[in-house]
Amino acid sequence: MKLWLVTLLGTLRDLLPIVLLLFGFQFGVLRKKVEHPWRIGRGLLYVLLGLTLFLIGLEQAIFPLGELMAKQLTSVEVIGGGGAASFAWDRMGWVYLFALMIGFATTLAEPALIAVAMKAEQTSAGTISALGLRLSVSIGVAVGVALGCFRIVTGTALWLYIVAAYATVLVLTFYAPRQIIPLAYDSGGVTTSTVTVPLLAALGLGLAAAIPGRSPLIDGFGLIAFASVFPIISVLCYAILGQRSYKK
Amino acid sequence: MGKDHAERPSDASPRVTLWRRFPWRALQMVLQPLFNAMRDLAPIIGVILFFQTVVLHRPIPNLAGMLEGLALVLVGLALFVRGLEIGLFPLSEAMAHSFASKGSAFWLLIFAFLLGFSTTIAEPALIIIAGKAAAIAAGGDVIASTPQAIADYALHLRLVVAFSVGVAIVLGVLRIMINWPLQLCILAGYGMVTALTMIAPASIIGIAYDSGGVTTSTITVPLVTALGVGLASSLHGRNPLLDGFGLIAFASLLPIIFVLLYGIIIH
Repeated sequence: MKLWLVTLLGTLRDLLPIVLLLFGFQFGVLRKKVEHPWRIGRGLLYVLLGLTLFLIGLEQAIFPLGELMAKQLTSVEVIGGGGAASFAWDRMGWVYLFALMIGFATTLAEPALIAVAMKAEQTSAGTISALGLRLSVSIGVAVGVALGCFRIVTGTALWLYIVAAYATVLVLTFYAPRQIIPLAYDSGGVTTSTVTVPLLAALGLGLAAAIPGRSPLIDGFGLIAFASVFPIISVLCYAILGQRSYKK
Repeated sequence: MGKDHAERPSDASPRVTLWRRFPWRALQMVLQPLFNAMRDLAPIIGVILFFQTVVLHRPIPNLAGMLEGLALVLVGLALFVRGLEIGLFPLSEAMAHSFASKGSAFWLLIFAFLLGFSTTIAEPALIIIAGKAAAIAAGGDVIASTPQAIADYALHLRLVVAFSVGVAIVLGVLRIMINWPLQLCILAGYGMVTALTMIAPASIIGIAYDSGGVTTSTITVPLVTALGVGLASSLHGRNPLLDGFGLIAFASLLPIIFVLLYGIIIH
């Protein structure tokens, strides 16, 4: 019961500044009547209740098991502790596979991404498919998170990867169709919210804590950065491939 | 043939009438979002089941509680999507249209800043990141290890990030109004990030990159997206797809730059 109340209050606190701002400007500055006020009010109530139920359900069904799993997979007895030499690759393989699959699955369930994809499909009059966009963002996050785990294991500098990824974005921007570019850049920021961040944080911190010589505080961060850059690349690739097959 | 079809219900048996009168459309309106939500959540359930049973060889703990939680997630996601369609999207588009038709750029920019700042300052993910960042800074002797200094550092970091998101939405809206190409803005931003990363202290870099990802919450993203698209479609000569998107990109890039700068100044 306490979880319900805390979650409801948390969502309310997220929504409240927005509602105050919207109505403050609507009545104070714009002084224009809102059409269908009851319908919009009902919609805002749905957003509040829907997000609350969603978060409570995640907290009850997905997060405990997912976080426990990230800890178990990265625990010393699973990946083999005792010096850097004893990290058997096939043991680490499960970590990469988990990173790949959990990155994909959490992104596909991300409500903010559903919203942006809906808007993109609507704005492009159907030429951009909402599901196609979400799948390509999810693949980007999956690859990014797996590579991020590889970075924690090998201990390479974070900025090397990020700069290389930015350079790839730069090159792909020249080849991609113009219409997709803003959407691709946006998708990087959208992927990392409610569902993805807690599980990625558990994975990154667990991995950094299990591997000797890594600091959880310094190396544990940075997975989210991978998850925000790689979707840009995958969405640009998706658009380039889509355009190619369309021309043929 | 159309006439035939129209006359049929009058002489149909009561059972067929009942079949026809059943509110299929209403049922579809309820079931379709639930079905979509189920499709969206299937992979995450599959991954957890696979790793729990096949890889880790462990039973599923508290199955009833998990099923109940999954039902809540499904209903919640379906409600949220419906709420976007009838509430958040139309409202922010209507506001974008009234700002554009009123021609008050000043108030629009004030609105944009407040929207970015107010939604970020209390963001739970940001509070957690700022707290951890303060602990790192105290551990690395960048700031004093007193609780007061740590709390101050965390608060300053949150203010810096919230301010940067406010500035980002303002810049993004300005870009739509002035019609700058997005690629140039973002690539210039990436250039700045790269240059600042070279001179920033190592302990701030991971936090700076992560702060770009955590600032955009599930309610802010749809609102800001609909605002941009609404603005681009009500201004003359703008393409909603080319000019309307891009606000989120600014909101995830500027915090990185501001936090890196903050790190360079502090250290």
